[in-house]
Amino acid sequence: MDLQTLTYLVVGASFALYIGIAIWARAGSTSEFYVAGGGVHPITNGMATAADWMSAASFISMAGLIANMGYGGSLFLMGWTGGYVILAMWLAPYLRKFGKFTVPQFIGDRYYSKSASTVAVVCLLMASITYVIGQMTGVGVAFSRFLGVSNETGIYLGMAIVFAYAVFGGMKGITYTQVAQYIVLIAAYTIPAIFISLNLTGNVFPQLGLGGTLVGTDTTLLERLNQIVVDLGFAEYTTSLPGSRLNMFVYTVSLMIGTAGLPHVIIRFFTVPKVSDARYSAGWALMFIAILYTTAPAVAAMAKYNLHQTVNTAVATGGDLHAPESSLVYEERPAWMARWEKTGLLKWEDKNGDGRIQYYNDATKNADAAAKAEQAGWKGNELTVNADIMVMANPEIALLPNWVIALVAAGGVAAALSTAAGLLLAISAAVSHDLIKNVIKPDISEKGELMAGKLSMVGAIILAGYLGLNPPGFAAGTVALAFGIAASSLFPAIMMGIFSKKMNKEGAMAGMLSGLFVTLFYVFAHKGIFFIKGTEFVDLIGGPNSFFGITPEAFGAIGALVNFAVAYVVDKVTKEPPEHIQHLVESVRIPRGAKAVDGAH
Amino acid sequence: MEANSAGYWKATLGLLTKIMIIWFLVSYGAGILFQPVLDTIKIGGYPLGFWFAQQGSIYIFIALIFYYAKKMGEIDRKFDVHED
Repeated sequence: MDLQTLTYLVVGASFALYIGIAIWARAGSTSEFYVAGGGVHPITNGMATAADWMSAASFISMAGLIANMGYGGSLFLMGWTGGYVILAMWLAPYLRKFGKFTVPQFIGDRYYSKSASTVAVVCLLMASITYVIGQMTGVGVAFSRFLGVSNETGIYLGMAIVFAYAVFGGMKGITYTQVAQYIVLIAAYTIPAIFISLNLTGNVFPQLGLGGTLVGTDTTLLERLNQIVVDLGFAEYTTSLPGSRLNMFVYTVSLMIGTAGLPHVIIRFFTVPKVSDARYSAGWALMFIAILYTTAPAVAAMAKYNLHQTVNTAVATGGDLHAPESSLVYEERPAWMARWEKTGLLKWEDKNGDGRIQYYNDATKNADAAAKAEQAGWKGNELTVNADIMVMANPEIALLPNWVIALVAAGGVAAALSTAAGLLLAISAAVSHDLIKNVIKPDISEKGELMAGKLSMVGAIILAGYLGLNPPGFAAGTVALAFGIAASSLFPAIMMGIFSKKMNKEGAMAGMLSGLFVTLFYVFAHKGIFFIKGTEFVDLIGGPNSFFGITPEAFGAIGALVNFAVAYVVDKVTKEPPEHIQHLVESVRIPRGAKAVDGAH
Repeated sequence: MEANSAGYWKATLGLLTKIMIIWFLVSYGAGILFQPVLDTIKIGGYPLGFWFAQQGSIYIFIALIFYYAKKMGEIDRKFDVHED
């Protein structure tokens, strides 16, 4: 059977599974629609959270990012996992005890103010909508690259599938499809990684293979990789820093607290029966996430090594990388390179006219490497590699059978769909529950609210699809912005709501707004107001990364600090929260008396 | 009851502090700040700081959450605020 047919079959079968689950798990009440009825087992919820969490970016792009950044890429690994420790200990159990459907509802009740809840809704919508744009473009990319359909067709297909289970099943449909999607995506990620690790290091576990010795030599993979990349003018793999160590530190903080403050992750913990389940469930979620996150750095280093090994024969033999015969003759390149050249993700340009591929860093600051390249008669780097190749071409590089390639396609699509669905639920719940039920029409019936929820979901899918089809030119920056917003606005407000009895509504609102404002200001200064090209005002703040060399992606942590500081000061000069709020905080802190989650006000 | 709930909260914060210190040491400490020093030690082919940043911190995070869940269960029962 040819690859294309097989891919259609495998991806088609996974869709049939998701739709089957959708038909089985229809939501009949608001409780089922918002929190899957509140009876999800902690391990099941852990698995669904893992799929909810791991997006198209985690699946397709993260290993490539690490391959490019080397040690610096660790900030994604630590940032996107360490946040679960914060989530598990500071937020999830307490919000579960509070027992309401949404995050803005907690903020509204705790800060005894509909305005506070509305500010939270605005922050939530900004974070979730920017995040979902990235997912919809991810859906398009996954479909178009794996299935050979156009980007647009891919997005329409993705919208149709999500529609089927998110609109009719709500959180209930999403939870059980996410479990299936987790299994598909984790198999698709680990199977090629295991074979690549076996090929290179003889170790069946990629986690150990990354530290292992290359087969047939006594050099470790990391040592050899360091030698090669330094010789070719790139930064040393195991020590290269993203800007500065301070920037890496702050970036990691931003990702951690952003993770803990993302509403679509938090609401997953409202679906378990008890407070103690919420605690364990976070552990299970991180364990399921870690299977991918500890494999990713191995995939990164091994795929990078394989790529160099493919285009330069001296990599494996230990010979002279700069000898003329070491560079691969273009006409003799393997079939997978030819296949990915068609997609434009891999490009070759014969700058020195020798018919061979030279892949190196021609802008290197390493004088030794530059001299060697010059001496060899190299006239510039000839191979442009899109980082996403590191995951997508893996099965072919490792010469795995076609069904594995088809499985990777299904995994990429599953990762994008599961995250999109989780975000769409957070968006529609904020609209139907926090805006319609809480502010616009408080006397709406249960049935009316369920209908409003489903209609909001339809609206959210259409909006996400529209933004995916007409990306506002900042699709690439959206995920980082979503983390910045969650870290600087929602996280501090929720945390202070639990850990301080005295924080009042004035403090919380001022904090959220100033955290959000500062973060957006710094990001927009670099990337343009709402990412519109030409509206950057980076000179106004004293040049790029002017704040202690912090990059805009890493700025969420600074926004959070501003939030805490402003909230503290404003709280001190305004009056204490009423007595009953302080009792509310006390009752949130203890597990006894936890009830099923509901929407009552 | 008032004293009891204060005691419970104190025990909870004590546990949180303990865990957050380890959380900080393995990621920001071993993985970032002390990475250059730790990298001089090799463990199974890995430079140690690099290992903490790309593998070790994640395993310890998982252990920390399960340890927290277990200990909180004990604290809940000790102060008699557990769920039935």
